This record gives sequence, C-alpha cells and structure tokens, in this order.
Amino acid sequence: MSQKTQVIQLYKTLLFLGREYPMGYDYFRTKLKKAFIKNRNVTDPAEINVLISRGEYVIKEIEALYMLRKYRTLKKRYYKE
Amino acid sequence: MSLRVLVGCKRVIDYAVKIRVKPDKTGVVTDGVKHSMNPFDEIAIEEAETIRTALAMGADRGLHVEVDAKEAETLSPSHVSKILAEVAKKENINLIILGKQAIDDDSNATAQMTAARLNWPQATFASKVEVKNDKLEVIREVDGGLETIEVKLPAVVSADLRLNEPRYATLPNIMKAKKKKIDKMKPSDLGVELTKHFDVLEVSEPPQREGGVKVEDVDTLIAKLKEVGRI
Repeated sequence: MSQKTQVIQLYKTLLFLGREYPMGYDYFRTKLKKAFIKNRNVTDPAEINVLISRGEYVIKEIEALYMLRKYRTLKKRYYKE
Repeated sequence: MSLRVLVGCKRVIDYAVKIRVKPDKTGVVTDGVKHSMNPFDEIAIEEAETIRTALAMGADRGLHVEVDAKEAETLSPSHVSKILAEVAKKENINLIILGKQAIDDDSNATAQMTAARLNWPQATFASKVEVKNDKLEVIREVDGGLETIEVKLPAVVSADLRLNEPRYATLPNIMKAKKKKIDKMKPSDLGVELTKHFDVLEVSEPPQREGGVKVEDVDTLIAKLKEVGRI
C-alpha cells in the first residue's frame, strides 16, 4: 500500500471511529481535520511513517476508550459492588 | 473432535441511548434510534472466535431467522429458544454460546430455555470457558464468588460480562463482513410457530427524580430530615 492510500485509510478509519465520540462527531471531525492539515507539508517518507504509526496508536486508544466505556456502563447497570 | 458452535445475537437499542417510552405507553421508541448488537452477545461471539482459533477450525456462516415486525414485538425467550433449538438440531451443533441477557428486555432466560428444550447441560454466567476433549470446564459467576463446573458436550453456555473483551468492529472488517453470505430462514422453515403468550398492557417511564431543596441552616436541615423520616 502506498503511503498516500495509507494516510487516506487512516483518516477514514478515524472518521468512522469519531461517530461515537463522547464529545460528538462534529468536535471530533474538526479536531481530526486540523491534525491532518497541520502535517500536510510533510514530505519525508520516514517522517510520514512516524505520523502514520502515531495515527494507528490513536485508533487503538479510541477503541480502548469505547470498550472501557461500554464495560463500565454495563458493570454499573448490572453488578452491585 | 469437531466442534460446531452456534452463537445467537440480538439487535437492541444501543447501550448509550437514552430510552424513551412511546406516548401511548405501548412500548419504547425505536424509530430513528441507534441500534447495536447486545453487548453480552458480543462477548459470546468473541468467545466462540477464541475457541475457534484455539482449535484452528474453519468456516463461519451467518444465519438470519427472519421474523416480521409485528411478530417481533411479542417475540419472547420461549420462541427464540425454540428457534435456536431447531437450528441446533438441523445444523448438528454441539455447543451453543449466548449472551446471558439482552440489555433491552433483560429476560436472562433464552440460554436456560434452549438447554431445557434440547435436554442439554447448561453453563450459565460463564466467566471462563475451556474445552477439554468432549467436556467443557466453565467457571461461573455466582453470588459472592465463582463456581467451577464441568459439562459434557453438547451444551449451552451463556456469557457473563467478564468472559472476555469483545473486539471493536473496525471499518474494513465491517466492509468485509458485508460480503459474507448470510442464509435467510423463516421460523416456519424450522417448524416453529410464534404464537404470543402474553400481552403488554403498559410500558411506563421510571419515576422522575425529584429536585433537591436548599436549606438555610442546620436546624431547618434537621427539621426537613425528620419530616421525610430519615432521622
């Protein structure tokens, strides 16, 4: 996969994840767009790779956030402890 | 040993949505409300997947037993268990994994009923499952602790919250899943009739929390507390 497709894929995946973001999709989308635009002038392939892996890290973090949120809600609803 | 696992899942109103009751009190508002898979069923599927990878077995298939909207409203665990039992017989299933309950009606009955209909052992509220030849060792969540039991296959397992951490369905995986074949069936294909066993008389909202009161000083506080019988 070329770096360009990788970046587009990353953006799409993040957008998809943003639909459930606690502070709302609009908030997430603006922030996401800003983050990508900030690095629009980066041309060094190695540097782009670093940025891509940072994006992938963010994806993992958001997934973990959603999982925890669901787990906690269910625990609060169904288990007294 | 070949293990054929059947996992049931239910579509419910998303756990994060604030539930509203219909003005005519016949049910809750479902139109235009976000739905997702029952969280306990996600756990059940994750467990099936874990067992599958552990035994390196192939092929997954989807099966959708279609129930029309009107019948769906009065669908109860009794019907679902009949459907599941018939599917299990038809497909030579020897392990059924279900979520312990759905977060909409909270019946917590389908797994137990299915086991009863098939006359299979049941391991409910599983917090750990291990396959041991033709047996399962299941750690169950019981009041005040854990219970370890062994059941012979075929068996029905119902998943509790701590069984595993279901994965997040990623965008590419959702797109891939859309291409997977899903067999469609009607309850009548399985010889199951969906006669309703009860009528819903009324659905009402929980009582609203009343606002608090501000008091001037300690004496009024004590007086107020005495008034409501707290001290």
